[in-house]
Amino acid sequence: MMNNLNRRHVVSLLAASAAATTLPAPAFALTEARAKALVDQVVADINRVIASGKSVNSMIRDFERIFSRYADVNIIARSTLGQDSRRATSSQMRAFTKTFQSYIARKYGKRFREFIGGRIEVQGVRKVKSWHEVQSRVTLKGSSPFKVLFLVSDRSGRDLFFDMVIEGVSLRLTERTEIGAILDRNGGNIDGLIADLKKAG
Amino acid sequence: MLPVLLIMGLAACAKPPAGLPSDAVFDPYEEQNRNVHEFNRSLDRSIVRPAGVGYSEFVPDDIEDAIGRFAFNLSLPRSIVNSILQGNMLAATEDSYRFLVNSTIGLGGVFDVATDLNMPEANDADFGQTLHVWGVREGAYVELPLLGPSTERDTVGLVVDIFTNPLTYILDSPENYYGTIASVSSGLSNRGRFADTIDSVLYESADSYAQARSIYLQNRRFKLGNGSDGAFADPYDDPALAPFEVSDDE
Repeated sequence: MMNNLNRRHVVSLLAASAAATTLPAPAFALTEARAKALVDQVVADINRVIASGKSVNSMIRDFERIFSRYADVNIIARSTLGQDSRRATSSQMRAFTKTFQSYIARKYGKRFREFIGGRIEVQGVRKVKSWHEVQSRVTLKGSSPFKVLFLVSDRSGRDLFFDMVIEGVSLRLTERTEIGAILDRNGGNIDGLIADLKKAG
Repeated sequence: MLPVLLIMGLAACAKPPAGLPSDAVFDPYEEQNRNVHEFNRSLDRSIVRPAGVGYSEFVPDDIEDAIGRFAFNLSLPRSIVNSILQGNMLAATEDSYRFLVNSTIGLGGVFDVATDLNMPEANDADFGQTLHVWGVREGAYVELPLLGPSTERDTVGLVVDIFTNPLTYILDSPENYYGTIASVSSGLSNRGRFADTIDSVLYESADSYAQARSIYLQNRRFKLGNGSDGAFADPYDDPALAPFEVSDDE
């Protein structure tokens, strides 16, 4: 397993820990400057949490706050459910979204301590299709730097990030696989998925 | 030997059905792959993980880093050969300078002087990538015993890289084993250091096989595409997501 799950992949996963970004801003078309401002804000918040030296549980709470504030949790949750989101009732969708948000915060937030001594720097921004891609570079102790992209869109009505891509590994696509597997395990039952997700992460 | 292997390997690359989206997984050998995955997991649980965690706890961080750098430096000749095969002379030159500087001033690669001097980042080319540049398709997804996730194209690449590593021919025994020993140590060290992350994929995900496959393919395609991410669809356009209503902020 080890050779191919090499440092870079591993580090990619680690970086998933840094999920969260977008600044609520006035309703003009999203510009590069605004997309970057959002990510700057997220990165500053994440760096503050990492530096705070708080307990794991309070880091997880802080992380959930960052995630819900700057990320389009609705669209992320919905796209990890994929086609199955069509048959979910609106109350199932609400429950799933809420559970998903806490699950992400637990899963990635508990690994924040691995970021201690590291840093995230925002490097550049470019327009891709209907969104902006903000490029950042993460340097952790004892590993080569790796690239993390934040995909920022204003199509929800606010500037929010809807994906984080670490060395090509998308948080949304990766969680889609995971959510799909939990759903399969529950024979396609969405309530079963939500119950399992409460315990996961 | 080599050309034969190569042709056999490439001819064996399974052809995905037409019209498969670029982010899709082509996994006709899923059943065998899952068996290998279970084998890899039990090997990890009983040997690799304990060895990695033990190694990482026993060996001081600075030494682990040094061994990692030493192993990486020895992979540069392979990268240079592949950059040349890909016609990327800039990358070949950059890596040659890096190898020269780190092997001499960096005392055989133990210190990464090249990075300290702000030289261009290493290109890390391999033969799987060379095949990609030459237009060979990815083939089916495969999970290899011990080595983990791969594709048919990358598996051929891996074999070719082993046989074409210039150091094997330049160095005498036992020096030509140093690289292998260092790579194994560096692999163990990563298993130990990133234990939580790897554990979360192997032991905490609902379907560790599918999770490892997804992460490997995304990362590998990103690397081959030179960091472009044009493969992502706009989730706001995804018909699976319609009707998408903007919810109130909590």
